Amino acid sequence: MSKFRKKAKVKQEIPTSSMPDVVFMLLFFFMVTTQMRETSINVKQQLPEATMLKKLARKSLVAYLYIGEPKKTEQWGKEPKIQVNDVFIEPKDVIQWVNSEKAKLQEFERDQMTVSLKVDSDAKRGIIADVETELRKANARLVLYSTLQRRTD
Amino acid sequence: MPRPTPDIPSASMADIAFLLLVFFLVTTTIANDRGLSIQLPPPPEAMPPDMDVKIQERNLFKIQVNSFDNVLVEGNPFTGSPAELTDMIKKFVLNYGADPNSSDNPEKAIVSYKTDRGTSHKKFIEILDAVQSAYYQIYADNAGVSVRKWLELSSDLADPQNRELYDLGRKKRPDGTVEIPMALSIAEPTKAGGK
Repeated sequence: MSKFRKKAKVKQEIPTSSMPDVVFMLLFFFMVTTQMRETSINVKQQLPEATMLKKLARKSLVAYLYIGEPKKTEQWGKEPKIQVNDVFIEPKDVIQWVNSEKAKLQEFERDQMTVSLKVDSDAKRGIIADVETELRKANARLVLYSTLQRRTD
Repeated sequence: MPRPTPDIPSASMADIAFLLLVFFLVTTTIANDRGLSIQLPPPPEAMPPDMDVKIQERNLFKIQVNSFDNVLVEGNPFTGSPAELTDMIKKFVLNYGADPNSSDNPEKAIVSYKTDRGTSHKKFIEILDAVQSAYYQIYADNAGVSVRKWLELSSDLADPQNRELYDLGRKKRPDGTVEIPMALSIAEPTKAGGK
């Protein structure tokens, strides 16, 4: 029986001296990739899925517009609403918003501005088409429908 | 007489790092800036008034979606998968006059996409994705790259090598015109099913 009781004389410890290094590496990764969200999104955002996604080349040229059912339905009702920055707007205000976004850019970049439409899957075409009509009037004609990547098995 | 060397206790460094790590883990949102890109037409006022171009029926591929998300393709109900629709469009675009009911050539071929105001965004994206797939697959074939690679290179045209492949895929002629333009017309939605 004593055969089994024999203990191995090898040290059974995982070296922990490099743990801070590992943790710091992870920390730096997240510090670099993180971006603080300056606006809280007040509409439902269940983005649709698609396969042929394109990536936006330059993030500084993108303006975000959110459409979906408001999260606080008791206050805002169930109809999908348009959100930019921190406020809900009506389709007629889109031109003004586009102009204020364009004003933030350099003059030569203004016609390259892309509007990223983050639209909830359940929103209807009607409201989106209204926004598109206004975008055409505001001469912001590059549009990206934000979607998720569909898993193709 | 040697002085005792001052040292900062470093045992808790890992704890501090962990704390910061957890903070960033929680607050991080990986930016999702990917999606389907389109270019809207100029505003109706800017269009020349007499632009009633006659488009032959054969050069038009009609897709209609109603407010119940039912799809009509060329006037017939369509219940197949998006991949089937993609194949139909590819066949239509690359017909080159072979089938008298299909397009004359890719330059004249137009995909017309009409929805109702009540059509859901989800369905709209599904069909739009199928249409764009067809064109991207044609382009990628012509350029001799994978579709994924094509999508990558077409979003960075500042690179001359990408530009070359991009022009090859769309078959750009020396005079600047493109043999296979992505002619996708998204019509104003009809009033049904929405307010």
